Amino acid sequence: MIEIDFYTVFWREMVVFRRTFVKFFASRLVSPLLYLVAFGWGLGRGIQMNGGNYLEFVVPGIIALSAMNTSFNAVGVSLNMSRLYHKTLEEYLIAPISAGAFVLGKVLAGTVRGLVASLIILALAFVFGAHLAINGWFFLVVILTCFLFAALGVVAAMTINSHEDMANFATFVILPMSFLCGTFFSPDRLPGAVAYIIEVLPLTHSSHALRALARGDGLLPVSLAVLAGYAAVLFVAGVMVVKRVR
Amino acid sequence: MIELRQLTKHYGNIVAVDGLDLHIEKGEIFALLGPNGAGKTTTIRMLTMLTKPTGGAALINGYDVMRDLDKVKKEIGVVPQHMNLDQELTARENLELHGRLHRIPASRRQERIEELLDYVELRERAGDLVSKFSGGMKRRLMIARALMHNPKVLFLDEPTVGLDPQTRRKIWDLIRRMNNEGMTVLLTTHYIEEAEVLCHRVGIMDKGRLIALGTPRELKQKVGEVVVESFGGKDTGYKLFPSRDRALAYAGQLDGNVLIRESNLEDVFVELTGRKVGD
Repeated sequence: MIEIDFYTVFWREMVVFRRTFVKFFASRLVSPLLYLVAFGWGLGRGIQMNGGNYLEFVVPGIIALSAMNTSFNAVGVSLNMSRLYHKTLEEYLIAPISAGAFVLGKVLAGTVRGLVASLIILALAFVFGAHLAINGWFFLVVILTCFLFAALGVVAAMTINSHEDMANFATFVILPMSFLCGTFFSPDRLPGAVAYIIEVLPLTHSSHALRALARGDGLLPVSLAVLAGYAAVLFVAGVMVVKRVR
Repeated sequence: MIELRQLTKHYGNIVAVDGLDLHIEKGEIFALLGPNGAGKTTTIRMLTMLTKPTGGAALINGYDVMRDLDKVKKEIGVVPQHMNLDQELTARENLELHGRLHRIPASRRQERIEELLDYVELRERAGDLVSKFSGGMKRRLMIARALMHNPKVLFLDEPTVGLDPQTRRKIWDLIRRMNNEGMTVLLTTHYIEEAEVLCHRVGIMDKGRLIALGTPRELKQKVGEVVVESFGGKDTGYKLFPSRDRALAYAGQLDGNVLIRESNLEDVFVELTGRKVGD
């Protein structure tokens, strides 16, 4: 019955998403707009990156980091609040649904939010005059990115025992990735050891894969496999931490 | 209907619930009465599978709360102490979510939602976000939510905490009505009056143990049904007597102001522990 149960969890999220869509839409517009102005127009004007203009270099990076931030926060912050503060998580724990269905519903809902945020940036990028080659693989990479960070949100929300530490996690883990994982510049400019660490992180593969696709260079199969691997591992980890809480 | 056998919960070195044995009959309203920290909430959390027992067993309608989780979940409705409605949803959506989580088919679900909105008198506010509700309305909606899947046992943890006296009575009426319709009710409370006027039987808990069990009447008879309190003498006096005659005879020998009254469950608790429930 997992197929019905995950939809119930997902349904709840979509009811709220629809109700708060205007607010979500407006808030998701602000930071990419600032990035595009600062790095696309301001700093980036006249800079050539790998033979293209900087705007076209930076847009895939901004999409990757926004997909990450939106999906992680959508699931992580709300589930952490639900577990520790609102106690609404108990309503799911006393219901006859499995941990797998619960996590799948939450993660898919986070993925939808991340995907919508990414679409907003794509639309903005076109307004700013970026030329990007968009195809199905591009969306698959975005969706995988959203999915894996939504699953990371579940793991963080279920294991971190205060809102402060949740914010700390975002500051020490999510924020550095936003800037270092090939989003605004190529990490091969970083010193050796750092570059190696960066190479292992999932967001690096999102940025690289999205950038290659947007440039028309085709799919990076290794990056796709790394993202799928992260998504699977984090999803299983999410199910395990939810099981443990009972 | 509810059977506890040596149910125990340890948190590290702290014993929250210490070998509880208890049998609650079908159709009863049963109260666990005791001060904060007595282990009442932990007991309910174990019975509703939110906390794993350290030892012992608990059966609900014959199903083991440690093993038959999904079966127990169908049998029970839970109204927790803290307000845990989904504030981002309307009243109707809260009921709908619960119905979907319990896999009630769509047509039956809608019917049940409408039924319950009338039952707890929230029809006019059904489409409003729960965050705009008063405390009493939230509590009623939580009860309606717990009833969505037609449970046979209802657990209420401090059902009237923080409510004004009038709202409290409304909740009591609701609990009585459900009970008249066949519901077995287990509630916790630290309100003397709630246990006394609402419940068929009361278990008094202190420091994780059940220290007395019976009807309110039986419990009061055990310690004495009449209280003599005296003020203004050398000491403030306090004594329990089995009958009014004996109390009057004693009061006759006292100087100062004397109050003779019927005992209540607070007196029972004081007599058994030397402390007040509220302490």
